[in-house]
Amino acid sequence: MDTELSAIDIDAIISTMADELAQEMKRKKIIEPLMIGVHTGGLWVAEKLHHKLGLSKPLGEIDISFYRDDFSRIGLNPQVKPSKIPCEVESEHIILVDDVLYTGRTIRAALNEIFDYGRPDSVTLAVLVDRGARELPLHADIVGLKLDLLPEKQVKLTGPAPLALETNRN
Amino acid sequence: MSSSKQPASTSFKAPDSSRLQLDEQGRLRHFLTTEGLSKDTLTEIMDVAESFSSVGHQAVKKVPVLRGKTIVNLFFENSTRTRTTFDLAAKRLSADVINLNIATSATSKGESILDTIRNLEAMHADMFVVRHSDSGAAHFIASNVEPHVSVINAGDGSHAHPTQAMLDMFTIRRVKKDFSDLKVAIIGDILHSRVARSQIHALNTLGVKEVRVIAPKTLLPSDTNSLGVHVYGDLRTGLDDVDVIIMLRLQRERMGSALLPSEHEYFECFGLTEEKLAYAKPDVTVMHPGPINRGVEMDAAVADGANSVILQQVTNGIAIRMAVMTLTLGQNKATG
Repeated sequence: MDTELSAIDIDAIISTMADELAQEMKRKKIIEPLMIGVHTGGLWVAEKLHHKLGLSKPLGEIDISFYRDDFSRIGLNPQVKPSKIPCEVESEHIILVDDVLYTGRTIRAALNEIFDYGRPDSVTLAVLVDRGARELPLHADIVGLKLDLLPEKQVKLTGPAPLALETNRN
Repeated sequence: MSSSKQPASTSFKAPDSSRLQLDEQGRLRHFLTTEGLSKDTLTEIMDVAESFSSVGHQAVKKVPVLRGKTIVNLFFENSTRTRTTFDLAAKRLSADVINLNIATSATSKGESILDTIRNLEAMHADMFVVRHSDSGAAHFIASNVEPHVSVINAGDGSHAHPTQAMLDMFTIRRVKKDFSDLKVAIIGDILHSRVARSQIHALNTLGVKEVRVIAPKTLLPSDTNSLGVHVYGDLRTGLDDVDVIIMLRLQRERMGSALLPSEHEYFECFGLTEEKLAYAKPDVTVMHPGPINRGVEMDAAVADGANSVILQQVTNGIAIRMAVMTLTLGQNKATG
């Protein structure tokens, strides 16, 4: 356990993210975005953001297990949850929310899944934590917290209430 | 079931399919029977199927999880519907699919099953979906394939049809939510039905309150007592207070034989009509694996009525087959 991380006020960070997202939507002239959270941690963050922003379209949720690139190495995650995207994706502006941005492989999978529902006009990526060490050319538009961690260190969001960050050395 | 191959029901002693289908960690490596599988495993299959059911709502009805895998549908016995749903399930998983109708293929030229399997393995097949009129055929193939290959039983003789049973369990769970309070009645030709056997094992493992079988005496297997079911010879008594009715398909080729009276007489005694349906609970769920012999097993009014979930069964069948294919191929890769 990293005492420094667990002391962080996640709610305050999410409030800041909500403000930044509101400005980003204004700058991009997006009125009714469709927010989608990535199971499980990303969905917890998305639920709070969705509420704080008072978005009119219902929140979508996706589980990227069927889109992962390591199925042939580690098999299926049996905890897979159904994806639910309650509105059309076609020609919509999406806000994609995840908890931790690391290699970028989860976001790659999430984008592929979203595009199988339709062709959105744009996707804005918001993450609670960007811990660096990207393996794909992806970046987040909104970042709650930037962490510079050693590759062997893992950071994880626990929740849903209260939300807290945890690290463990593996 | 091929009419030339009966009676197979009593001759078959289940080989240790339940052991063969699990790896050392107890995870599904093949799917041959529901017998001997734990409640956790059956629940996991249904949970994964639940997640796959959203794929049908995507604009592109596909997920890339089995991309690059080759699945061979080996049908030694004809079945358009089952083969179609396996075919569609594999395609929705982005696998490459080959459909082989062996009845009209090499074995009729004298090639043995094992030669067929060896040839397909040499073409780098990853999975065989097997339907055969002989009980134990899928087990035989599973015990002879390369370690990285998975086998799914799509119906063997009168032994088992586990994906049909699981799609029925999945359909029941989606409608009723919980198994523990349910009384389930299975009606029809229990003796020759691999579906009924697989259903009875699954229902008992999932912990339903009561499983009933309703059939003429001539269509009951001799080992009914060991199956953990209550037997009824009268439809109205058997239907009293049930939550779920599972009709079995009656093989028309058996009609008029010593086992069965005429279609008309059968319908009089065991055909499901609205009048007889009234003996069950008002919210009873009516299921049938299809294709229905309307006016023999049930009235059109019941088949198309508000209690019927027959078409949902078809949709759920795709999700269950996707789940079983992904779980078995995933586990295989994980260990291999």
